[in-house]
Amino acid sequence: MNFSPVNIMGTMPEIYLTVLGSILLLMEPFVPKEKRSWLGLFAIASLIFAMIATFGLNGKGLPLYQGLYIVDPFSNFFKMVIYTGTIITILFSLPYLEKEDIHVGEYYGFLIFAAVGMMIMVSAGDLITLFLGIELMSLCLYVLVGLKRSIHRSVEASFKYFLLGAFAAAIFLYGISLLYGASGTESISGLAAFVQNPGALKPMIIAGMILTMVGFAFKVSAAPFHMWTPDVYEGAPTVVTGFMASVGKVAAFGVFLRVFWVAFSANKDHWTWLIIMIAILSMLIGNIVALVQKNIKRMLAYSSIGHAGFAVIGLLNPSRESLFALMFYLFVYLFMTLGAFGIVLILRRKGVEGEEIQDFVGLNKKNPMAAFLMLIFMFSLAGIPPFGGFLAKFYIFMAAVHAGFTWLAVVGVLLSAVGAYYYIQIVMTMYMKEPEEVVEFMPNRMEKFALFLTAAMTVVMGIFPLPFVHYIETSLAILVP
Amino acid sequence: MTPIIFIPLLPLIGFLVVGIFWPFFKGKGHFIAVPLMIGSWVIATSEFFKSFTNPPNVTFVYDWIRSGHLDIGISLQYDHLAAIMLFMVTTVAMLVHLYTIGYMHGDSGYDRFFSYISLFSFSMIMLVLSNNLVEMFIFWEAVGLCSYLLIVHWYERRPSWLAANKAFIMNRVGDFGFLLGIFLTYSTFGSVSFAEIFPAISSHLHQTVNIASAFHGSMNIPVLDLIALLLFLGAVGKSAQIPLHPWLPDAMEGPTPISALIHAATMVTAGIFMIARMNPLYNAAPFAAHVVAWTGGITAIVAATIALTQPDIKKIIAYSTMSQLGYMVMVCGLGGYGAGIFHLLTHGAFKALLFLGAGSVIHSLSGEQDVFRMGGLRKYIGLTFVTMLIGSLALSGIPPFAGYYSKDLILVTAYQQGPLGQILWMIGVLTAVLTAFYSFRLMFLVFGGKERFHSDQAGHGGHGIHPHESPWTMTVPLVLLSIAAVVAGWAGEHYGVLEYLAQELPIPHQDPVAGGMSDSALKGLSVGVGVLGIFVAWAFYGRESSIPGSLAKGLSFFYKLSLYKWYFDELYDLVFVRSSFLIGRLFWQELDKGVIDETVNGVAAFFRNSGLGLRRYQTGQLQNYAMVMAIGVFGLVAFYLVFNRM
Repeated sequence: MNFSPVNIMGTMPEIYLTVLGSILLLMEPFVPKEKRSWLGLFAIASLIFAMIATFGLNGKGLPLYQGLYIVDPFSNFFKMVIYTGTIITILFSLPYLEKEDIHVGEYYGFLIFAAVGMMIMVSAGDLITLFLGIELMSLCLYVLVGLKRSIHRSVEASFKYFLLGAFAAAIFLYGISLLYGASGTESISGLAAFVQNPGALKPMIIAGMILTMVGFAFKVSAAPFHMWTPDVYEGAPTVVTGFMASVGKVAAFGVFLRVFWVAFSANKDHWTWLIIMIAILSMLIGNIVALVQKNIKRMLAYSSIGHAGFAVIGLLNPSRESLFALMFYLFVYLFMTLGAFGIVLILRRKGVEGEEIQDFVGLNKKNPMAAFLMLIFMFSLAGIPPFGGFLAKFYIFMAAVHAGFTWLAVVGVLLSAVGAYYYIQIVMTMYMKEPEEVVEFMPNRMEKFALFLTAAMTVVMGIFPLPFVHYIETSLAILVP
Repeated sequence: MTPIIFIPLLPLIGFLVVGIFWPFFKGKGHFIAVPLMIGSWVIATSEFFKSFTNPPNVTFVYDWIRSGHLDIGISLQYDHLAAIMLFMVTTVAMLVHLYTIGYMHGDSGYDRFFSYISLFSFSMIMLVLSNNLVEMFIFWEAVGLCSYLLIVHWYERRPSWLAANKAFIMNRVGDFGFLLGIFLTYSTFGSVSFAEIFPAISSHLHQTVNIASAFHGSMNIPVLDLIALLLFLGAVGKSAQIPLHPWLPDAMEGPTPISALIHAATMVTAGIFMIARMNPLYNAAPFAAHVVAWTGGITAIVAATIALTQPDIKKIIAYSTMSQLGYMVMVCGLGGYGAGIFHLLTHGAFKALLFLGAGSVIHSLSGEQDVFRMGGLRKYIGLTFVTMLIGSLALSGIPPFAGYYSKDLILVTAYQQGPLGQILWMIGVLTAVLTAFYSFRLMFLVFGGKERFHSDQAGHGGHGIHPHESPWTMTVPLVLLSIAAVVAGWAGEHYGVLEYLAQELPIPHQDPVAGGMSDSALKGLSVGVGVLGIFVAWAFYGRESSIPGSLAKGLSFFYKLSLYKWYFDELYDLVFVRSSFLIGRLFWQELDKGVIDETVNGVAAFFRNSGLGLRRYQTGQLQNYAMVMAIGVFGLVAFYLVFNRM
């Protein structure tokens, strides 16, 4: 291992965040209970600090630590998304944790470490590094999901997530070991070189490839590895759900993309149909089961399964267009999902979180602002112009059409029409019914800011996307060390 | 950053500020909207005078869509055509803003009204500045929307919203054609930007398109003709040409400033502007150009005959607008785009003047619109009388008023375009007689003769109604517009408006075989017919006379044809509305309830049931979840193996 200055500099954002996260944990006992929000602000400051560091690395393509770790525009883009998502999550967290009485200092530490795990994932140049990143993220998330220790549902969710996550990790690790056994290397570029050889496609490589795919599919909650999602999303504290559903998924997609496009692009034909299978199943299950949900968190969980299905379509064809489409999709998805969960967690009925769809009845009469913001997020998730979700779906389906999978795009469009039903149902509930119960919607300044930011981004990405399009286009280069 | 961007930006700010914060203004919306509009006018005017020396320029604002080869941006194309249009549009818009302060005073929707006319001004300015078809279409729709919103300003009145719906629906037909035209343009040229379409036209001259291919037939027509016709369909709707015209007279249900601004001076001229803008296309599509010319000619005369007998002061002016629009469309179809735009500009001035004057008349009589219940108003509202007289003289084409120069130019241009042009010229001359007649019929009935409003009003319990002159905010625009109606035509000819516009609009060459009358003879003739029309109007209505009554009896067929507007409304009601209801009822009862509802409900039920079914797998049991995952893994492997065997 070579700890030369270049390597250290390249991983500076991760190092900063790890050190600052540790300081956060150490500081926690010394901060009085009513000053806990300072820890949150400290966490935001750390993230901004790391963001600046990452910004300094922009445009550089560096394989670090003999290729174990990669810093390239692609990973920097995902890191920026991770920072942004985490910051928004913290903005939502501060008042939420207070109200739910789970304001513990470790929360921010775990959130930061989870972010570090995701950063390691998207920068991994080696399957072992990748596995470490995934596990770091997952372990933090297991804890965060079970944060409401006194609530049965939360603990159950945490435990389920942990066991199934361990199961998936085992499958993933088994896949890695098969790949290593067949090729003698666990670096992504080494695998790519090995797979290119004719005759390299032994059953062992294929089996390893499929098992790693299962691991990723579990992390992005694509069907049929989605079973944990509704229970965990429902049980977890809503901020954590938002964090997992948005930032966690984005990171998982980043690494999914890197492994399959770099390591296995030579045998694309062998996994195309598996991806199609996963995409169709996810779109079907996500959109159809969401129709009958009564709990909005569960509904959003199924919606996120459906969205995973749409996004997976972007993986089909390793081309610049698909890459752009997928990155754009994830970028928009982050904001609209976080925003939707944000509304859910601010809404309270008699002091309890308003997470039943019933709680949204007639919201427009009482809180026109909340209803309007929710309308933006729902329309965007459904893919209705002029919101970002529309362009995101448009780019994904265009990429599919250009890759020769017009029929898949048609299936996708049809299923997103099915999906539009339950999103618009929420809007209808809010606008066209008379309110029954008193629902409170009192965001404080931070929540207002976060809601405004997510809503504004959702709208801007739909009507004036060009600055972001340019930014994503400059981040398209995947480094192949 | 050029100052041009502020021309649309200022009204937009006005709309946003007044529109968003309207509850706080409480009848003071004009403090924001009017100064901003005046600012926009000042910039437009100074830029117009600079445009004589400055080269045309395009200001890029932002890229809206970029996908593959499709690149749609919002840009401001400022050339001579746009400059002179903007000058007229902002002038009229500014004066109408001013006029509105007085006319709408005390209206419950005062601030809303200001926000909408600001939005309209912004949209119209952007339409004029468009540099591609999609941008033009967006603002084309936006002005249509504003028109709808403003017609329905008094939304609690049934005729208002009926008229608004009529305008909206009829325009839908035209806009659908416009949209198809844009699609066909894009598929033919691969671009929607004017700068890229025009140079490419010559390479598509002989390209044809089979419009019967969907029916396995073969009916090839030149693609340029088809594009031009489809785009023209949009213009037919927007500029109220036959057969999509009945919405325009009904749109007079809206407040009078709207009639002046939108339904006389600016929005309805968008169709003519579009044809002028697309002139390279129409020059290359002779068949389409003929259709354009004939549509315009027929509209001009039909509308003029309807205007002869209408009792409602605003409807008379509305049909006159339609007829004048017909003139412009006709001459554009004959290649005289410059003449069309020239008439558009002068018409904008004197028709806005007539409408605002009519508004002043209506205002002075507290809402009376029937010309037969007016009369003798000259001594009460003298200023309005003088200004409207100027407007009517301009409309009748009497020198030296503006209409003389531009209408004469249209007739001369038409006459010089060979046999077709001469037929249309005859229609034009006939229309000119009728125009002078109905204009002065209105003048004599409203301002001359006995005072007929007393007796009628007394019946309604309104004893001793005293017509009063309007406040200065209303009369100042009248005076300014009447100055414009006097000088605009002379200035246009003196400073060479055709040569100025020749930058974008080529001057048509004279048909060599079209001999016959000389220029001065033509001019004399058109003045002569104007005077003739006025004289006949005086003979009928300027003195005690039984001619109108006996004529109406003697020629009752023609009288009724005119009074009932050639039965267009009845025809449409029969053909479209009733049959739509009939078909609708049929579909609703048989197809909709039977087939579609069953299918839709069936699909919905299917998905819902599958959702309910699938949900059952979500047992909450950990071991089941793990089981599904394991099945998933084996399933994927099995799928791979099976798939690779194939």
